[in-house]
Amino acid sequence: MPMLQEHKTAAALAAVFLAASTAAGFAQSAGKEGVTKTELGSTPSDDMMKAWNIDIAPDGRNLPDGSGSVSQGQEIFASTCAACHGEKGEGGEGMIGGRLVGGKDTLATGKPVKTVGSYWPYATTLYDYVHRAMPFNAPQSLTPDQVYAVSAYVLNLNGIVPDDAVMDKETLAKVEMPNRDGFVQMDTKTLAKTTACMKDCTPLDVSK
Amino acid sequence: MTKAEDVGGIDRGRRRLIAGAALGGSSVLMARTAMAQAAGPLVPQSMLEQGQPVVTPPYGVPSKFEKDVVRRPTDGTPTDLSSWSFTPLQDLHGIITPNGLFYERHHNGVPTIDPDQHKLMIHGLVERPLVFTMNDLMRFPAVSVIHFLECSGNSLSEYGSKPAANVQTSHGLLSCVEWTGVRLSTLLDAVGVKPEGKWILAEGADAAAMTRSIPMEKALDDALIAFGQNGEALRPEQGYPVRLLLPGFEGNMSIKWLRRLKVGDQPFMTREETSKYTDLMPDGKARQFTFTMQAKSVITSPAAGGMIEGGPGPVQISGIAWSGAGRVKKVDVSVDGGRSWSEATLDGEPLPKALTRFRLPWRWDGSPTVIASRVTDETGYVQPTRKDLISERGNAYTYHYNAIAPWKIGQNGEVTNAYAAGA
Repeated sequence: MPMLQEHKTAAALAAVFLAASTAAGFAQSAGKEGVTKTELGSTPSDDMMKAWNIDIAPDGRNLPDGSGSVSQGQEIFASTCAACHGEKGEGGEGMIGGRLVGGKDTLATGKPVKTVGSYWPYATTLYDYVHRAMPFNAPQSLTPDQVYAVSAYVLNLNGIVPDDAVMDKETLAKVEMPNRDGFVQMDTKTLAKTTACMKDCTPLDVSK
Repeated sequence: MTKAEDVGGIDRGRRRLIAGAALGGSSVLMARTAMAQAAGPLVPQSMLEQGQPVVTPPYGVPSKFEKDVVRRPTDGTPTDLSSWSFTPLQDLHGIITPNGLFYERHHNGVPTIDPDQHKLMIHGLVERPLVFTMNDLMRFPAVSVIHFLECSGNSLSEYGSKPAANVQTSHGLLSCVEWTGVRLSTLLDAVGVKPEGKWILAEGADAAAMTRSIPMEKALDDALIAFGQNGEALRPEQGYPVRLLLPGFEGNMSIKWLRRLKVGDQPFMTREETSKYTDLMPDGKARQFTFTMQAKSVITSPAAGGMIEGGPGPVQISGIAWSGAGRVKKVDVSVDGGRSWSEATLDGEPLPKALTRFRLPWRWDGSPTVIASRVTDETGYVQPTRKDLISERGNAYTYHYNAIAPWKIGQNGEVTNAYAAGA
């Protein structure tokens, strides 16, 4: 990436210089002190940091400038997304893209339909994911305006924002997703017996 | 891997089955006589002619007779770019997975990355943002460690009404290799994490720009920035030229083709930790950040999809056990459907968060039965039954299935998944 210049920090240069002069004048050093903190790596340029820093926080931090409406999103969706997700994000058997719309009130039914509307806790994740990974055959090809528009349309299909909604870094971060409180943060639930039965145990639940 | 080859693998199994069935009415003695007759000339051709010269080929490959020992893809995804393939556990020995047989899970294909162009940037809540070349990374102190990697979706078929027909499909999103790399804590020391830094976003350089949030505690514990796999460079499918490795955590968090680590004060709530890789409970709430792959074991020989060949007699039961929480403590094996259990022998001292090979000799009397293994890890956690697991989690949980896997042995020696239809 020639356009993204990197330059050594003064501190790193000084460390390298010190290490070099020590090595020249005395014995080579070995063991735990062989590598010091600042010797390896270089400082990324501002351009590089900006170009690489694409993640969007759940509170909207790092959302870029730009905006897009539901109606603009409908057009982009039809030409760019519908082939994999269905005309209105309904998905379907054998379609490459997942279902994006519907599934309201299905999560506790035993036959859950997990969609942006029924399951996703943050609208900002929609921007982050569409920008980094969509469309599937041309990731990172949409402009910020287009990503805002597609986000607006998918949210509108789910009845979360009105037909005249415009998404930008202020409005998208304020969207309240229906399943915002549907998650419990925890590591894998322990489901453990304290002892392993060795004799006269309950047989495994298989038909013989 | 094409469908035709996949079917070829099944055909091989069927041929064995037919051969076994043909012997079904014969005595063991007759079976042995038939095998001796099929054994070939008294002096094999390999002793009568010169073999192949060195470097045929320069990078060695398995014997041509092992052509069916391959990864097999799922038939459950509409695209082979966001899909997965299974390690042939039934054909492997010991605990190490050969690099060419390591399971795959990609979210938009395998990228081609020139290591001379690749860079890893660490930024965010740090004192000194830094970017490292591969050469930089390899000049840090490195370590080699053996760890398993398991997809959180491994065995997901077993939650539902259509359990897998063979052990490769039911348990093959699991591999174990020797990894070489730099401790992430070493790199974090170089950049200097600010006190408010609690989570790290890891991002891949693939077409999915795959991202997960890693808790700082794990990053400072045993996380590795890995560039080596079984003594050679990472394979492209496993993240060449460099990946994150989080021992014992669900596989997708060990971001491949690693290009960026950003330190933040909270989880980043990426698509892969909200809409995917979360565990939906029957009450409609979903568990999030269920990182640890809990203790699990499976018999790989004899295993579902295979045969006990040669009829009744001695059978060496063998399998693998592992725990994302640490070391395997013991493995018990039942040959009577779980009524009684015997402690299996472990190969050597179990390594933490690595596969452990277990073995138990068995004399099969030829009658139908059910065999299974059950691991206990060093935390005291005992591998649960499927019934207990599903009664606690329901059937929509999808990920983290780790229940006991019972294999049914038929009278003809055929081995099937005891939960599969028709078993």
